[in-house]
Amino acid sequence: MKKAVLDMSQFDQNKLNELDAFIEQYEGENKKESLIPVLYQAQKIFGYLPHNLQRHIALKLALPSAHVNGVVTFYSYFSEKPVGKNTLSVCMGTACFVKGADKLLDKALGITQSKRNEITEDGQFTIKDVRCIGACGLAPVVTVNDKVYGKVSEKEIDDIIAKHQEETHD
Amino acid sequence: MIRSYDDLQNRRATLQTQKPKRLEVIVCAGTSCLSSDSDIILDMLQKDVLDRGLDIEVEVVKSGCFLFCGQGPMLKVMPDDVIYVQLTLKDVNRIIEEHIIKGNIVTDLLYERDDKKRAKNESDTPYYKKQRRIALRNLGIINPDSLDDYLEYNGYEAMARAITKMTPEDVIEVVKTSGLRGRGGGGFPTGLKWKFTRATKSDEKYVICNADEGDPGAFMDRSIMEGDPHSIIEAMIINGYAVGANNGLIYIRAEYEIAAKPLFKALIDAREAGLLGKEILGTDFSFDIEVKLGAGAFVCGEETALIHSMEGKRGEPTTKPPFPSEVGFRGKPSNVNNVETYANIPPILVHGADWFNKIGTKNSKGTKVFALAGNIENIGLVEVPMGTTFREIIYDIGGGIPNGKKFKAVQIGGPSGGVVTEKDLDMEIDYDSLQQAGSMMGSGGMIVMDEDTDIVEIAKFYLDFTQDESCGKCTPCRIGTKRLYEILEKLTNMEGTPHDLELLETLSENVKNASLCGLGQSAPNPVLSTLKHFRDEYEDYAYRRKRTAYVVDGQKCIGCTKCARVCPVDCIAGKPREVHVITESDCIACGACYDACPVDAIIKP
Repeated sequence: MKKAVLDMSQFDQNKLNELDAFIEQYEGENKKESLIPVLYQAQKIFGYLPHNLQRHIALKLALPSAHVNGVVTFYSYFSEKPVGKNTLSVCMGTACFVKGADKLLDKALGITQSKRNEITEDGQFTIKDVRCIGACGLAPVVTVNDKVYGKVSEKEIDDIIAKHQEETHD
Repeated sequence: MIRSYDDLQNRRATLQTQKPKRLEVIVCAGTSCLSSDSDIILDMLQKDVLDRGLDIEVEVVKSGCFLFCGQGPMLKVMPDDVIYVQLTLKDVNRIIEEHIIKGNIVTDLLYERDDKKRAKNESDTPYYKKQRRIALRNLGIINPDSLDDYLEYNGYEAMARAITKMTPEDVIEVVKTSGLRGRGGGGFPTGLKWKFTRATKSDEKYVICNADEGDPGAFMDRSIMEGDPHSIIEAMIINGYAVGANNGLIYIRAEYEIAAKPLFKALIDAREAGLLGKEILGTDFSFDIEVKLGAGAFVCGEETALIHSMEGKRGEPTTKPPFPSEVGFRGKPSNVNNVETYANIPPILVHGADWFNKIGTKNSKGTKVFALAGNIENIGLVEVPMGTTFREIIYDIGGGIPNGKKFKAVQIGGPSGGVVTEKDLDMEIDYDSLQQAGSMMGSGGMIVMDEDTDIVEIAKFYLDFTQDESCGKCTPCRIGTKRLYEILEKLTNMEGTPHDLELLETLSENVKNASLCGLGQSAPNPVLSTLKHFRDEYEDYAYRRKRTAYVVDGQKCIGCTKCARVCPVDCIAGKPREVHVITESDCIACGACYDACPVDAIIKP
């Protein structure tokens, strides 16, 4: 039977070596138990857990890849999609919506040339819409990570994105 | 290295006879104070004291949580016994100049009581008065990073006595007669659990500390890990000795990785001192502890789910029996206890079962820690004897409801519990009385709600949480909680019918009865208890007579125009100095006008 070879060319070889070295410390009878710490480490190194990486881990730990995927999707800490350094959320509660939150979202996506819930090309942002965050008096509201911006105008969204872009570049 | 019981006692005696410095400044490093810059205050104090050459006579240290979280950042000056609250960075200099150098108390930094008097210390402060601290005994007193501090305050004494002077059966007997019950929610007698694990024959057993504090609004376990980590280690060693296990595991939720730092340090220190590891205190008993991190799943607080998660699997529960005391981690007998339960063990062994047994009610002994939050004046942790009433906790300790609002209900037990109303405020709190009232102890989160709280929205909030956290293994919970949430959403969207209330009731009962684990069995509690106590509010939605718009009270309105300016949908009309009017059909009930009104002229729907 032909053994399937996993194409890992999309991954940085140094990072893969780092992960493999981490996995090696768990050699022995409790290797299978180490899945969660290994996934932690993999997400720390790669930022997220794409399918091929999950298969790679499954091979290394001698687990079915369905089991690995089952664990990844069970716990909220693990992500199968890349996440930006900053998460910009536009509140889509009624108050914000009628104040033009949808336009803010479009604007933010336009500036960063990205799609909703997907990471920007430079890895700086993930832009998404959220349910009402209960700050209706400040509508429309945008949050970046933990910081809340109220009464945001379309013009201001430029400044907010620029500000956080700079901060992370420092 | 501490190699024997005598070594331990000598080390403690040396520590206790050391002459302390003239002053000790203790800064609270609990999570709440840290988030308001108490770490910077600590650094500034330490640097300033050093720069002024005061370090020979003044020691500046950090400690675990002071419990009164709403007043943070806080610090304490000993032995003067003075507590300063709500500090800012600019207060540091004043405390040094006035108190540390001149010896004068900085009055305006003291806690201001309701009667406008300033409280100098804990005994002056009503918040602390009715508290009795067993599980939280060392918080705010010792430095969590210092093994010596813990030893000085009787640390590892209970462990030493247990493994050198008692048989495992003796230890179990003490825990059993103390009447201690599990503090994680279920309330199962701890001594009995230990006895069952001891009784199962096996070459290998495990002792597991459940530190997966998942109830939103409860943070006592985190505070103990942060502020008194050695007490957990000590109790686990005792537990291991009693049940015949040589390995301990602590399961910590992913979100607490940073909060648990003192625990990691404590493990290293205990190992280096010979208090953990091979042949502890020269006996033939060996015990070590490993930490396992969770990855964000509420259900992992359930013991069988927790064990699966530690084995690297999906955190799904399995049916009991077999109980973990028979088949647990790696299929071996395992004893799972929660953090607060463990924190009670060392004092019980030192002071005896009778001492503990005298505290509390008939079937619930000792104290319980509650996390007080919501619409309440004093936010923080409260440890009181079992049998304390809600009224005492909410009014005497909690200081009542802010802004002159009326009390409506208190949710206890988080997403698994239910509400307790005005008529039960004088109920003595213990495991059984709460059960009878349709709620449960849970881990001790206590959310106080005032008259403005929409009770149906609260039930919806909790169901949103449980349907999201349901692991999906059993159908009643996976689908049932989702349907419950949808019915509640239908009601609050004014699309429900009276029939929906019956549906809520029968579905809730079915989910309770048919679910596999504690998550599903208790998930309908918030619905059932609010439905029982506030049926009229559900009916307002079901009969669609609930007003959804805000209105202006013409008698009170002064025409300041503030409401009209903040309204996001511009549905408030009115000229300056004239009564304003809200167009009800356009109002989206966001509440912005209500918050903006300076004279309380806006009436909530």
